[in-house]
Amino acid sequence: MSSEWPLWEIFIRGQHGLNHRHVGSLHAPDAEMAVKHARDVYTRRNEGVSIWVVPSNAITASSPSEKGPLFEPSNAKVYRHPTFFDIPDEVGKM
Amino acid sequence: MYAQMVKSEASNDDPALLAAFQARIDAGEKIEPKEWMPEGYRKTLIRQIGQHAHSEIVGQLPEGNWITRAPTLERKAILLAKVQDEAGHGLYLYCAAETLGVSRDELTEALLSGKMKYSSIFNYPTLTWADMGAVGWLVDGAAIMNQVPLQRTSFGPYARAMVRICKEESFHQRQGYDIMMKMARGTPEQKAMAQDALNRFWYPSLMMFGPSDKDSVHSAQSMAWKIKMNTNDELRQKFVDQTVPQAEYLGLTIPDPAVKWNEEKGGYDFSEPDWTEFFEVIKGNGPCNAERIEARQKAWEDGAWFRDGLMAHAAKQRTAQVAAE
Repeated sequence: MSSEWPLWEIFIRGQHGLNHRHVGSLHAPDAEMAVKHARDVYTRRNEGVSIWVVPSNAITASSPSEKGPLFEPSNAKVYRHPTFFDIPDEVGKM
Repeated sequence: MYAQMVKSEASNDDPALLAAFQARIDAGEKIEPKEWMPEGYRKTLIRQIGQHAHSEIVGQLPEGNWITRAPTLERKAILLAKVQDEAGHGLYLYCAAETLGVSRDELTEALLSGKMKYSSIFNYPTLTWADMGAVGWLVDGAAIMNQVPLQRTSFGPYARAMVRICKEESFHQRQGYDIMMKMARGTPEQKAMAQDALNRFWYPSLMMFGPSDKDSVHSAQSMAWKIKMNTNDELRQKFVDQTVPQAEYLGLTIPDPAVKWNEEKGGYDFSEPDWTEFFEVIKGNGPCNAERIEARQKAWEDGAWFRDGLMAHAAKQRTAQVAAE
């Protein structure tokens, strides 16, 4: 009957005030065990103050082959960056 | 190394795609799991990362041998932490390999059936406490030589696993050297044990880098793909250059009369290990090959009811939750 433990993606908040960050994955039978395993595998040296575990198959990712069409629109809008606008020196810091 | 003599696989892919892929690697881009990659790149990496992972896992055995017999409680706690790290390193690497489309169970079964290898070094016994020093100092020291450059390898998940591993590996080498210092400055008997451990682990450590591969086509392909960063000879030379002065500091003698500083090449001369012995160990005829695989086999079989039990429990919890809703 053997079936492999499902895969979980592990996210860790390194310090108070920071985002949770993806650190890797691991196998565990359920969410509770995934948290325990994540503690042992990814925080042996005080690397975290909080852990999120997410079933890997719950993640929907953008497709690498659509990278162009997906991100091109933002590439074209250079005026979104403040450096697009020249502000005269006399105006001072803005 | 932890991955020795990894043969690269030929790719029968479209030459235009191959060229575009190589251009990305040459530009220093990282390759991520879902992106297109040549079949040979994928297969070679599964073999290499898998072998590396197996080495971390099997590598727990020679040191685990001494946990219950460590000389002090502090040494015992340190050794436990180190062996736990090795398990962690194995897990990081298995996960990196799995992103290439191989399952954890497939990897484990390939190790147990002998289809996949692990490093030759772990087929040597650890006879005395001084061996814990020699393993940390020499074996982890040799591993670091290879793992530091691999942090820049082209496959993203492998490179990231290496970054984590390298952060932890330095503790391993230093705790080993600390044991050697203690013993080398201890009683004459303790110093003799330290020397004996160095004598037994010197050549097997040099073998970890594998035979010379400067003319190997497999090596050339892996280096072009940036999944191998240096030749075996380069890394071996670097290891010897680093280790000889450390042995001198301990007052121990490298068991090779040919070891001598060579001003011209800016490195030490040294003797090659006995490659016949290396190939015998790789083939399964080392002192501990059978014992190592037996131990892994037993762990796998004895743990089956537990793995299944937790799955059954998880399924039951899910059913109960659905019923409650």
